[in-house]
Amino acid sequence: MQTPSPGRARRREAVTFYLLISPWLVGLLTFTLLPIAVSLGISFTRWDMLSPPELVGLRNYARLLDDRLFWQSLSVTARYTLMYVPTELVGGLLLALLMNQVDARGIRLLRTLYYMPSVLSGVAFVVVWMWLFHPEAGLINAGLALVGVQGPRWLVDPHTALTALWMMSLWGLGRTAVIYLAGLRGIPRELYEAAAMDGAGAWRSFVGLTLPLLTPTIFFNLVLSIIATFQTFTSAFVATNGGPLDATLFLVLYLYRKAFQEFQMGYASALAWVLFALVLAFTLLVVRSGRWWVYYEGESP
Amino acid sequence: MRSSARLRRWLLLALLWGVALLFLIPLLWMLSSSLKPTWQIFETPPRWLPDPPRWENYREALTTLPFGLYLRNTTVITLLTIVGHLLSCTLVAYAFARLRAPGRDTLFVVMLATLMLPYPVTMTPLYVIFHRLGWINTFLPLTVPAFLGSPFYIFLLRQFFLTIPRDFEDAARIDGANIVQILAWVIVPMVAPALATVTLFTFQASWNDFLAPLIYLQRPDLYTVTLGLQFFRSTYTTNWAYLMAASLTTMLPVIAVFFAAQRYFLAGISLAGIKG
Repeated sequence: MQTPSPGRARRREAVTFYLLISPWLVGLLTFTLLPIAVSLGISFTRWDMLSPPELVGLRNYARLLDDRLFWQSLSVTARYTLMYVPTELVGGLLLALLMNQVDARGIRLLRTLYYMPSVLSGVAFVVVWMWLFHPEAGLINAGLALVGVQGPRWLVDPHTALTALWMMSLWGLGRTAVIYLAGLRGIPRELYEAAAMDGAGAWRSFVGLTLPLLTPTIFFNLVLSIIATFQTFTSAFVATNGGPLDATLFLVLYLYRKAFQEFQMGYASALAWVLFALVLAFTLLVVRSGRWWVYYEGESP
Repeated sequence: MRSSARLRRWLLLALLWGVALLFLIPLLWMLSSSLKPTWQIFETPPRWLPDPPRWENYREALTTLPFGLYLRNTTVITLLTIVGHLLSCTLVAYAFARLRAPGRDTLFVVMLATLMLPYPVTMTPLYVIFHRLGWINTFLPLTVPAFLGSPFYIFLLRQFFLTIPRDFEDAARIDGANIVQILAWVIVPMVAPALATVTLFTFQASWNDFLAPLIYLQRPDLYTVTLGLQFFRSTYTTNWAYLMAASLTTMLPVIAVFFAAQRYFLAGISLAGIKG
């Protein structure tokens, strides 16, 4: 018997590779690329899924520009992103820095307690918070009453509803903190000892050492939380259904209404494309900016 | 000097445990409310210990709607999704980590790019496609895609594959094992912890999923627990004791699994986070 030539072995390896990834390739084509193409096509039509689609050119996109609710949903999503992303990044880091000061046994217990709420997303999570935010009998306003403050009406007041949803999201802060903690504990102790020998104080070694070495983790959390805010749906759908007075009408909620309650598939597809373009633009912006501020050890392609 | 260091330490611990308490209060309050008789629910100032605890709330809340059926539906969907992810993601991740082929690196970048694609972008056209296939009001739109891999878990498993040595695979190959045998007998046992992470993340995401079931399951006998709870909420808006009992019940499996297998959740986070 002859041993196969290196060329043949390489060809066989390539065939095996494509065989093994074929499930994902099929999924990529049918459940990712095909839908993106289909929705571009649908976005140029008017279609209720009952009668045949009618070609309307760019009219759906033109309508978007005049649609007050579209601009409202953009503004809600943008304001929420501006509230959520910084608190998530800074709050999570602060929590992780504090946790990192405690001995190993304490860290383990605290990590469990902080992390646990973040696995409880979904409707039940939102229902619990609706009860906490109840204007008369909710625990939050009861707590405020203890210190003599008359609490707002939270989810039923257009001025506070978005803030309430943001406070709700803070319950998941532990997840970010745990990601940071993993990053912090990956920094070798010797580096701190060396910095201390050079006379660096706590602040100098934080700014000069911890922060730069943590930039990959910060970057990762930044990308994750931007993507998360663009997808906010369940909390707004269950707790406020976009209200009061459209104060919590997130982009995805508006998209859901247009597609699955009003069956304006063409218009909804145009909305989805705008969402797609926005996410793409933001991700590219963040990834590009990462070249300037993210520090990778042993930088090499 | 020493006493001020000790004071700082006490302050730190007080702060950390205070925050931990803040994180726990919603859960304790949910438990407390779920056991209250109606007249104690709206008491001010709120009472923490229901007197007497009303356990019937659970029975009554969970039997006004067929929650047993919802639990069964959710379990079927979750199990199928887990099996699908384990099978497909292991194969794809192994290929990306170990095999050389033209176009591999480009495809890997494409996969990372789809990781950034939010689900809502494709949900409208996906509905149209599944409608064409006649899959609306079946579990198929929620389970079949799982058998075609998920970029996040493929990425996670690939990172894990890269950390284990090739020696065992090479030895098995010299012994004449084919790729299926290598995967089943050599690779899977070695990456068992990473597979556990994929299982748990999938369980959590699938159990809590709301948007996809909301779109595809419109018949009440197909509802998952999240849909059932939402329906229950819109019907019994004011009965907070029932709502808390039902919410706690749907959260309980996730809480139990979290405490039983915490380290696999944490392993997933450090795998994705540090090398990302």
